[in-house]
Amino acid sequence: MIFLVRIAPFLLLLLTGLCAAEDIQRFPPPDFESGYVMPVTTTPPPRAGLLNYVDLAMLFAALSLASYLVIHKRSRQGIFALTVFSLIYFGFYREGCVCSIGAIQNVAFALFHKDIAIPFVVIAFFLLPLIFALYSGRVFCAGVCPLGAIQDIALIRPIRIPGWLLQSLGLIPYLYLGLAVFFAAVGSSFILCEYDPFISFFRISGRLNIIIVGISLLAIGVFVGRPYCLFLCPYGAILRLLSQLSLWKATVSPDECRQCQLCEEACPFGAIYPPTPEEAQPVRKDRKRLVLMCVLFPLLVALGSWSFSLLAPTFSRTHPTVRLAEQISLEDSTQAETYSDASQAFRDLGQSKEVLFNQAQNLRDRFSLGAWIVGAFFGCAVACKLIGLSLSQQRLDYEIDNANCVACGRCFSYCPVELKRRRDIKSSRPAMKDQSIQE
Amino acid sequence: MNKKPKDVTRRSLLTEGLRGFSLLCVGGFAGRMMEQSQAQRYGWQIDPHKCVMCGYCATRCVLEESAVKCVQSYAMCGYCKLCTGFFDPSPKALNTGAENQLCPTGAIVRTFIEDPYYEYKIDENLCTGCGKCVKWCQAFGNGSLYLQIRHDRCLNCNECSIALACPSEAFQRVPYEEPYLLKGTTSKG
Repeated sequence: MIFLVRIAPFLLLLLTGLCAAEDIQRFPPPDFESGYVMPVTTTPPPRAGLLNYVDLAMLFAALSLASYLVIHKRSRQGIFALTVFSLIYFGFYREGCVCSIGAIQNVAFALFHKDIAIPFVVIAFFLLPLIFALYSGRVFCAGVCPLGAIQDIALIRPIRIPGWLLQSLGLIPYLYLGLAVFFAAVGSSFILCEYDPFISFFRISGRLNIIIVGISLLAIGVFVGRPYCLFLCPYGAILRLLSQLSLWKATVSPDECRQCQLCEEACPFGAIYPPTPEEAQPVRKDRKRLVLMCVLFPLLVALGSWSFSLLAPTFSRTHPTVRLAEQISLEDSTQAETYSDASQAFRDLGQSKEVLFNQAQNLRDRFSLGAWIVGAFFGCAVACKLIGLSLSQQRLDYEIDNANCVACGRCFSYCPVELKRRRDIKSSRPAMKDQSIQE
Repeated sequence: MNKKPKDVTRRSLLTEGLRGFSLLCVGGFAGRMMEQSQAQRYGWQIDPHKCVMCGYCATRCVLEESAVKCVQSYAMCGYCKLCTGFFDPSPKALNTGAENQLCPTGAIVRTFIEDPYYEYKIDENLCTGCGKCVKWCQAFGNGSLYLQIRHDRCLNCNECSIALACPSEAFQRVPYEEPYLLKGTTSKG
C-alpha cells in the first residue's frame, strides 16, 4: 500500500511531464520515532600541500646538479641519468604537475586577477629556472623538464634540419607564449595545460586527440631533436632569451678548437655554428639589409596587431561567459524552443541577462585589446628575429648558439680535444694512486 | 677549464649589464608575486543548481578516479522506500540486489531505519561521480543527492579539466577555506 502511495506522485509527474524543478521537497523528511539522528554531509578539507615543498627542493637540487654536470663535469652520461630521473619524478610520479611551462599561465592569471592568490611553489617553479638560465644557460631543458626528457630519450636517429626551417619554425614559441599569456590573463583557458602533448603519457590517461598529437610528436622526435622544445615550448622562448646572457656557458671543446666539424655534425638541434669565412663580406650589403629590416620593424608590428585584431571575436568565444551570452541572445532572437544546457541552467536560476550581457561586452573589449597586444608582440618577435639574422657575426671557431642549445651534452664526446682531456684524466688517476701507494 | 684573461669588450659589458638588469627584474617580480601569494586562495566546486548530470565528471577528471563524488543532503532526503535514486526505473524487487540498483558500482548503501524509511548513504570509495542517481533523484525525488568535488581528492588544477567539459558551466571557483556548495541549507521548502 505504502508503495502505491509512494509511487503516486511519481506517476503524476510522468503524466504531466513536469520534472527537474529546483529543491522541491516532494517527500518531506519524516519525523523518526526510533531516535535516528540525521548524519551531516561531510566536507573534507583540501589536501595539505606538503608534497609541493618536496617538489621545490627537488627542482632546486636537479637544477643545481644539471648546472654542475653541464658546466663543470661535462658528462653526457650524468645529464642523461638526471634526465631519466626527472622524467620519472616530475613526469610519471608527479604526473607532470606542477611544471614551469604551465606556471607561465598561473603567473599571467595572477597578474591580471589581483584578488586571487598564486601559490608560492608555482612562483618558485616559474622563476628558479629563469635565474639558473642567467647563470648556466638552459640547464632546465637539459635535465629537469619532464617534457624535454621524454623527447630526449625518444631521439634515436637524429637528422639535421636545415637552418631556414629551424629559424622560421623557431618563431612559433613566441606566438604560443603570447597566446598562452593572453588566454590566461583574460581568464578563458589555460591552453598550455589543455594542449600539453605529453601529459597523457605521464598520467596514462587523457583525451584521444591529445594522445594522438603526443604520439606523433614523439614519432617525429625519433628523427627531429625535441620538436616540442624547439618549435612550440613557450617557456623555452623565455629561456632562449635569458640564456644568451648567461654567465657560464657550455662550450664544445674544453680547450682549443681544432675546427674538425665533428661537433656540428653531432648536434641534433642545429645549435652549433661553423666559423665565419675569413674573407670579409661586403659590409655595405649587410648594412643595407639591416636598415631595411629596421624599417620593416614597425610595419611588421602593425601587420601583426591588425591581423590578430581580426581574430578577436573568435578568441572571445573561448570564454564561457561570452559563449553563454551569445547563446542566450541567439535563442532569444530566434525564439528557440529548446535551450542549450548552459542556457537552461542560467534561465532556471533566474539571473539577470543584463548583467550577463554587460560582462560579456567587457570581456569582448578586453579580448580585442589583448589580441592587438599579442599581434604586436608576435610582429615584434618576427622583426627582432629578422634583425638578429641580418646582423653580421664573427666566429673564429665552432661555437654553441646559447639560445638554441638545450645543454644536452651530446657534442662533448664528439670533440677530439675533450676525448684527449678525458684520457689524460683517466691515465693520471691510476698513476696518482700508484704514487700515493709508493709514498 | 681554460682561463683567458678577461677583456672588457662592448659585447661583454652589454651582456653583463643586461644580466644584472634581468636579475633585478626577476627579483622585483618575485617580490611582487610573493605579495600576492598571501591573497585569497580559491578552489573548484560544482554549483548543484546548475549541474545537469551529463556524466562528464566521471570521465574528464585528471585523476584516475574522479574527485567528484555524489553526496547526500540528509536534511532534504525523503528516506523513501522506493528511492528513485537508488532503484533502477523498473526494479524487479525492492531489495538491494545488484540488478535492481541504478548505481553502476553499487555505491549507495541502503540501510533500514524504521518502517517504511531507509537511509541512503554514498560509499565514496565506490562512487565514480557519474551522476546517474543524481539525475533520477532530481527528476522524481527531493533532489537530495548531488555532485560535489571532494577536496580530499581534488588536485586543484590551474584549470579544472571537468570545468572545461561542463556543458552548463556549473564549475566555479570558491574560497579555499570553504570549498563546498552544499544543498539543503538553502532549501526552498
